[in-house]
Amino acid sequence: MLFSIFQGIVQVLFDGIAFGMLLFVMSVGLSITLGMMKFANLAHGVFAMLGGYVCTALMHRAGWPFLATLPAAFIVVAVASVFLERFVYRRMYTAKELDQVLLTVGIIYMAIAAAAYVWGPEPQAFALPDYLTMYRHVGSFSFSTYGALLLVLGTIITVAIFYGLERTRFGAMIRAAVDDRRVALGVGINVNRVFTITFAIGSGLAGLGGALGINALGLDPSFPIEYLVFFLIVVSIGGGGTVKGALAAALLLGLSDTAGKYYVPQTGAFIIYAVMLLVMLWRPNGLFGRP
Amino acid sequence: MTADTPTAETVGANAAAVADFRARARWRWYEPLFWLGAIAWYFLFPTYLPLGTQILCAALFALSLDLILGYGGIVSLGHTTFFGIGAYTAGLLAKHGWGEPLTCLLAGGVTAAIAGWVCSFVIVRVQGVALLLVTLGINLVLYEAANKAYTITGGADGLQGIVFWKLFGVFDYDIYGRVAYVYTLGVTFLLFLVARRIVHSPFGLALKGMRENWKRMPALGAALRRHGALIFVLSAALAGLSGALLAESVQFVALDSLGVQRSVDVLTMLIVGGTGVLYGSFVGATVYMVVRDQLADLNPAYWYFWIGLILVVIVLFTRNGLVGAVSDLADWIGRKRGGGSAS
Repeated sequence: MLFSIFQGIVQVLFDGIAFGMLLFVMSVGLSITLGMMKFANLAHGVFAMLGGYVCTALMHRAGWPFLATLPAAFIVVAVASVFLERFVYRRMYTAKELDQVLLTVGIIYMAIAAAAYVWGPEPQAFALPDYLTMYRHVGSFSFSTYGALLLVLGTIITVAIFYGLERTRFGAMIRAAVDDRRVALGVGINVNRVFTITFAIGSGLAGLGGALGINALGLDPSFPIEYLVFFLIVVSIGGGGTVKGALAAALLLGLSDTAGKYYVPQTGAFIIYAVMLLVMLWRPNGLFGRP
Repeated sequence: MTADTPTAETVGANAAAVADFRARARWRWYEPLFWLGAIAWYFLFPTYLPLGTQILCAALFALSLDLILGYGGIVSLGHTTFFGIGAYTAGLLAKHGWGEPLTCLLAGGVTAAIAGWVCSFVIVRVQGVALLLVTLGINLVLYEAANKAYTITGGADGLQGIVFWKLFGVFDYDIYGRVAYVYTLGVTFLLFLVARRIVHSPFGLALKGMRENWKRMPALGAALRRHGALIFVLSAALAGLSGALLAESVQFVALDSLGVQRSVDVLTMLIVGGTGVLYGSFVGATVYMVVRDQLADLNPAYWYFWIGLILVVIVLFTRNGLVGAVSDLADWIGRKRGGGSAS
């Protein structure tokens, strides 16, 4: 009895952290964007969706192996996002919040219809390679290799992000721009260029996460709106502009979603929404956010 | 008040203020045209009366959002919370034996107002992105609750088996939607008058100040939180009334009346029309619903592309939706003419 409870907890921890890592990879870019430019980019999920479609298209039409499509998803989405940033978003950084919301909602709508046109409105057929559908048995615990992949990749990316932000010159420039855009401009940092590159990396990560997450989240044209709430929860609970906050929020969300599905499946998404609402009421700027 | 002896100056200032409010509240030449158009719809498009009814309900809903967004500057991503509460209140009453349309309508408005009053304590304390998330969060929690409580709400199947009684005990809801249209138009007009009165009152002016600068208004002595809470409750009531109206005219409440999609839809309508100009919500709702009706016939899967494009174009290139674009155009023509004769 006690052991089976323990077993359940280990299972929830493993799956929850793996899911949290996936959410972190997908939404960390949004957190940085919001922190640096105060730009409410609700269309962040479009990048994740695009990454997913790049992955399935390469697998189905060109016969690429799943793991090889991941870097491709990153690159394609990062390049596409640069165009969007340069030609559309850049005009809106000084606009009102509402206008930013509306613009990005418009982009979501267009992306949904475009995806339905190109790839069809139905969910994409997707099968993980055999080596990722297996379960590893350790004693009486069983872990999916897919979950392990999420954990390992998520950890590598997290470490890379922290190293990049804390230990490199470019990371210092990003932090400076997030802290105070005007002062950063004053000391000669080309904030626009820093931002374009950061935006591209963040979007690329979303694309990578979208490809990585097809197995867990599914993929159809309504993806950007269906998972919008998840991105917003991660960003809002974490607080805009902090990678630490985004990581903590993503893990909290992954764990509470998984635990909810495991222990009280009949409540559905109710728990995570309620948790989000409570956190927002308690700390409107997020757990790690600065007012 | 009585202790102060009014000097000539204060009397003059008061008179000027009163004259200013009178001028603001004056009926413009296009306003009767607008309502005549709504009446003409009844005779011109007898086969489109159900669409007309839905447009009116959507316009009323957009108007309720305009009260908080266009006048109060409170952005909500979850305004359909109150629309859904109104619709479910009216629907549940009718399902359980009380189908008198007017009282059901009123009950929908009152319930939504109470819900709005409860939410207002939170709403007035947050701004910016946090406000978006709190409104969205309230909406999502309620949606999931309604989805799971299917013994009461019918869950994803919606609330079925609703029967409303004859209107005033005389007019039965007919299959062509004539009674529903006339009833909805009448109620919409009355509620529009109320909204018009609100935005042209001193209270409405304080709201505009709050929208323009919520940091400076307290310095003028405006009780921001109390104003914000009051307009939020009024807006919630109006949204609830529009939800109840729709429930009565279609005799059904769908779960998506609480869905996030509807919040985004109504925001889109308001933006397409224009915020803070009262008629923006009517123009936006009409354009949105007619375009959807037409485009969905052509190609149902892709009509969101065009709505998205319209949104992007409006945000990037106009100042305040279609109404704003038209008035800018009128200004521009006026300046061309005026400039020519003056110089």
